Amino acid sequence: MDNESQYSGYSYKSSHSRSSRKHRDRRDRHRSKSRDSSSRGDKSVTIQTPGEPLLDAESTRGDDRDDNWGETTTVVTGTSEHSLSNEDLTRVTKDLEESTPLECKRFIGPVLGGCLSFFALITPLAFLVLPQVLWRDVLEPCGTPCEGLYVSLAFKLLVLLISSWALFLRPPRATLPRFFVFRCLLMVLVFLFVASYWLFYGVRVLEPRERDYRGIVEYAASLVDALLFIQYLALVLLEVRHLQPAFCLKVVRSTDGASKFYNVGHLSIQRAAVWVLDRYYSDFSVYNPAVVNLPKSILSKKMTGFKVYSLDESTTNNSTGQSRAMIAAAARRRDNSHNEFYYEEAEMERRIRKRKARLVVAVEEAFTHIKRLHEDEVASSPKHPREVMDPREAAQAIFAPMARAMQKYLRTTRQQAFHSMESILTHLQFCITHNMTPKAFLERYLSPGPTMQYQQQSGRGRQWTLVSEEPVTSGIRQGLVFSLRRLDFSLVVTVTPLPFLRLGEEFIDPKSHKFVMRLQSETSV
Amino acid sequence: LPAQDQPAGKPVTAVVQKIEIQKLRQGDNLILGFSIGGGIDQDPGQNPFSEDKSDKGIYVTRITPGGPAEVADLRVGDKIMQVNGWDMTVVTHDQARKKLTKKKEEVVRLLITRKSLEEAVKHSKGCHPRQ
Repeated sequence: MDNESQYSGYSYKSSHSRSSRKHRDRRDRHRSKSRDSSSRGDKSVTIQTPGEPLLDAESTRGDDRDDNWGETTTVVTGTSEHSLSNEDLTRVTKDLEESTPLECKRFIGPVLGGCLSFFALITPLAFLVLPQVLWRDVLEPCGTPCEGLYVSLAFKLLVLLISSWALFLRPPRATLPRFFVFRCLLMVLVFLFVASYWLFYGVRVLEPRERDYRGIVEYAASLVDALLFIQYLALVLLEVRHLQPAFCLKVVRSTDGASKFYNVGHLSIQRAAVWVLDRYYSDFSVYNPAVVNLPKSILSKKMTGFKVYSLDESTTNNSTGQSRAMIAAAARRRDNSHNEFYYEEAEMERRIRKRKARLVVAVEEAFTHIKRLHEDEVASSPKHPREVMDPREAAQAIFAPMARAMQKYLRTTRQQAFHSMESILTHLQFCITHNMTPKAFLERYLSPGPTMQYQQQSGRGRQWTLVSEEPVTSGIRQGLVFSLRRLDFSLVVTVTPLPFLRLGEEFIDPKSHKFVMRLQSETSV
Repeated sequence: LPAQDQPAGKPVTAVVQKIEIQKLRQGDNLILGFSIGGGIDQDPGQNPFSEDKSDKGIYVTRITPGGPAEVADLRVGDKIMQVNGWDMTVVTHDQARKKLTKKKEEVVRLLITRKSLEEAVKHSKGCHPRQ
């Protein structure tokens, strides 16, 4: 089923009535909500990268934005709670935040880990302090060796603290559908470890009120040593193991075939999915639903005009036979749709080039109208007073002559959904402030950038669904295929192992580089 | 590569024609009236007459009009396979020259091959299939 029926819901005709948009937004939200749950037939589970408006810039919207700004008519009508207006994103995000309480789940893992590590760090100190507090008078004093142990204990704890902060104390960037196996393993290990130490401590030290303080200090020091080793294990498992590349992932976007190859190490499927999504946002050009391959007018001519009559009496698999016959007949019929496609594409390209030329000229001219005022220049002479503007005003001043050309160009390249007038003005102001040339200003519009460029900085995060036939905590291996689905497109990821490299050696003597002229003699005999 | 380091020649099958040339005496020299090019020490890519540009054989590059070679029906572009029984397919340029200009010989018998020979044979085979 082609995508047309899906797009009909999003209505490519630009509609200026707010009521239809209201219905559409409500429908969108309902659809996204139903996809949040991970109850599916095949094992599709949800990856949730933190923070995401349900109607973010990636979902299809067609050209339903109010893009009349080039003609200096702006329509601002009353906006209800459910409608979306371009200039009012803050209100939308506030809306969405209170409607979807997804925040808690995100922080359970880190909070648990934090508590556990705090407990583990406090334990040696507790081991040292408790005997002093409880039965100080009967403790045997211990001299120099204890002091050495104190110092080493203090420094090891400091090292543990700093490295834990450096390595593990980061805001989580993704919530995974299943448990992160290594992390769970490590947390269980730490917990068991510390618990067993406490057990032994309680039985051997607290109960009989052990008097040998040096032994207690050594006990605490051994705990800290073991914690350091566990942290080493954590470092290797969580951070280092997956660094050496072992597999090549091919990521293909399902709607337009944009593909990239990445090298990864040994990861579980869910971690590999997060890795791929990290790269997706900065490597892949933004998904533009308005760009379709073949216009519908060309495709629709194919299947019409054939009616199939069956002459024999057998009724078994009639329908498949009929459709197959129709397809074969349609293929054999000589049609010129490829011709139309070719000419239409050439025409489109010509149009884009023309509009681009107009845009570039307009922007270049506009930029010549302002110049930067240096501090040592005389601000104004009494005869020709010049108004001094800040970047925003300067941007607004030169925006008017280029607005129309910009709007026409964006419409031709179907990018108008990604750039509102406000965003263009902001970008212009940014470029003026940083002394950019017109070409640098236009770089953002002449080619579709990565998805990262169009993200609003809301803390919502993006909702992705990981679809896989294998359990998502198993490691990636050769021939595995999984896909990451969003509302209207998906990324299909194929795993191939990197080839084993057999590196040989050949020594070349630097003096062995010698050359002669080519011979072409002709001798007469 | 020097001659002794050249790789061994591959077996060759060709349709050949025998051509006998009588040397002409010109002063102190015996001339045949043609020029040769090629050899295992030469650059085979520059040979305009060879079909396979890695062929390092000896080719006839020029025929003196009215000379003994023209009289004997040697043509430009012919590849010389043998001279008086000596092989010419894997020789250096100088060796080939020497074999052709032996002062003691007055007649050279060449085995040459050319493309038109192959085609003639094919054509004749096609017209008169063997029983």
